[in-house]
Amino acid sequence: MDQTIKQEMKLKGIPASPGIAIGPVFLFRKHEPRILIRTITAGEVKQEIERLQNAITRSKKELTKVYEFAEQKLGSAQSKIFEAQLMILEDVVLFDAVYKRLKRERKNAEYLIKNEMEKYHQMMKSSKDEYARERADDLLDVENRILRNLEEQKLISKIEGSHVVVSHNLAAADTLIFSRNDVLAYVTELGGATSHMALLARALKIPAVVGLHQLLSLVQTNDQVVVDGYSGTVVLYPNPETLKYYKKKKTQYNTFEEALAPLRDLPAETLDGHRIKLAANIELEEELEFIKLQGADGIGLYRTESLLIGKEVFPSEEEQYEVYHRIAEAVFPKQAIMRTFDIGGDKFMTQAMKENNPFLGWRGIRVMLDKPQIFLDQLRALLRASTLKNLAIMLPMVTSIKEVKLGKQLIVQAKDDLRVHGIPFDENLPLGVMIEVPAAAVIADHLAKEVSFLSIGTNDLIQYLLAVDRGNDIVSDLFQEFHPAVIRFLRRIIERGTQEHAWVGMCGQMAGDPLATILLIGLGLDEFSVVPNILPEIKKIIRSIHYTEAQHVAERVLTMQSEDEIKAFLKDLMNHKFPDIPIG
Amino acid sequence: MIEQEVTIRNRAGLHTRPAAAIVKLAAKFKSEFFIEKDSFQINGKSIIGVMTLAAEQGSKLLVRFDGPDENEAYKAMSELFESGFGEPI
Repeated sequence: MDQTIKQEMKLKGIPASPGIAIGPVFLFRKHEPRILIRTITAGEVKQEIERLQNAITRSKKELTKVYEFAEQKLGSAQSKIFEAQLMILEDVVLFDAVYKRLKRERKNAEYLIKNEMEKYHQMMKSSKDEYARERADDLLDVENRILRNLEEQKLISKIEGSHVVVSHNLAAADTLIFSRNDVLAYVTELGGATSHMALLARALKIPAVVGLHQLLSLVQTNDQVVVDGYSGTVVLYPNPETLKYYKKKKTQYNTFEEALAPLRDLPAETLDGHRIKLAANIELEEELEFIKLQGADGIGLYRTESLLIGKEVFPSEEEQYEVYHRIAEAVFPKQAIMRTFDIGGDKFMTQAMKENNPFLGWRGIRVMLDKPQIFLDQLRALLRASTLKNLAIMLPMVTSIKEVKLGKQLIVQAKDDLRVHGIPFDENLPLGVMIEVPAAAVIADHLAKEVSFLSIGTNDLIQYLLAVDRGNDIVSDLFQEFHPAVIRFLRRIIERGTQEHAWVGMCGQMAGDPLATILLIGLGLDEFSVVPNILPEIKKIIRSIHYTEAQHVAERVLTMQSEDEIKAFLKDLMNHKFPDIPIG
Repeated sequence: MIEQEVTIRNRAGLHTRPAAAIVKLAAKFKSEFFIEKDSFQINGKSIIGVMTLAAEQGSKLLVRFDGPDENEAYKAMSELFESGFGEPI
């Protein structure tokens, strides 16, 4: 067969787990077992029952492994799914019925399993209760597992040699099964950097890149590929030079990563003594251990809306308090900054009310101010969790002083409520706002009079500022962190905040981009809050430069007129000073 | 045959753990065991069935025992419910 050399293709996805992998693709498509109805003879009944029992035993073994692994790596909240599935496998009534029917109807096990479980599946799917509906998916997963084992289909995880697993999507369970073998990296079309798959990949120290639309139409099993989990780059059919480049990078990173470990307990301070706060962004409690390992100065952003995932109703004040309290304890004595619910209004809307342009619509603080009861629940929960005096509250998507004042009023009300009931809290709980709307940036000095700190959310700020939707493939190139307008805005935000004695930090993705670090230091940023993975690299940069030097860099960049010029300058600088640090 | 009302006492309601506790307990007895909620009936010895109920704190369920040890079964089961399945109330 004629093997034409395919043209090298460089794709950019979202980095989900750091590391570099080079190897052949394994295209993973979720297997849909086809069910045939077969009549069996009286003599075959015993054998068929045995076959089913074996399949069930194998399924139990598999699920137990997966469950234990999940417990260990992710904690019991996440491993609950597998626990429920194991229990389903023990359902006496279900399997009694299947065995009875097998003997009576003399049909094959696959058909009976599918048929019986379908009844329960229907029952659960139509339940009024959300919990029951979720379990319907678990039922389906268990069914598929039994069917797979019946076909004695070795789970596709038994792949020969080491591969880069490429898939449309990867459920947590699939990730865990695959890891048993030599998986070089995970690459998916769907998924965000904080999906469970990403978390698992990081815990397993396997590189991963997500969000590569249309990938499955571009690759086949055994195609060569390079995966750069630092920058999110995936190179299909790499040519010899590219291969050489990445092989070198790979060895460099390994030695570099090892060298970074001792930095953990050292402060993020420049050579001339300028101290910077280097904190972590988190979404799930499971990340708390990891951020400690990475030596974070506390949490610069905890996304409280992560408590709402998959839920139809808001968690109660009590439920929220439990979580906030745990987080506060876990990072004590360092600080944890809790951003209040940052959600789109779609959580409250009917189909008829859909917004045409939700990005410019009812979201962030706007929603919470319109739902004061829900907001008060959260504020009370946060205040109650603040007794260790290491929490702070941050308001999202603020555009006006009015919003801040209303927010503050509600906080006062929440405090009064608690005081009346004799419930303790931190009277001086610090308050800050996200600067992610251009208007907020322009009045940052006014805002800074009302609060103790500002945190720049570059992800949204840049979208609003440059009128670019990052999720829109057609224009995503135009989303430029180093656009001169962005740099100017950053300079002004920091100046305005500082002049009113508020500290100014950044929790957007730009804070975790090593290419931007020196510039941001030079612009006077007081705090970086980053994805935990990249923390050591950023700390290394901070500790290896002089603040005065960074200021010069910032001054130079502010004179430049194009992002190309700015990026080239910074890349040059980084290659010079930090050739080991991966830049995108 | 015994038919009585029980209440869900624990905060988290009838999630996976309590469901498993109910089914485990019911397995110890010979009597048939059914649970009814809002005229929806399930076999109490089936974990899937109990999971489907997904009742929340405060819900009232009807439990039905039929068999030689129905009294003991009911007693044990009502104690389990009263204790909130050993979880925070």
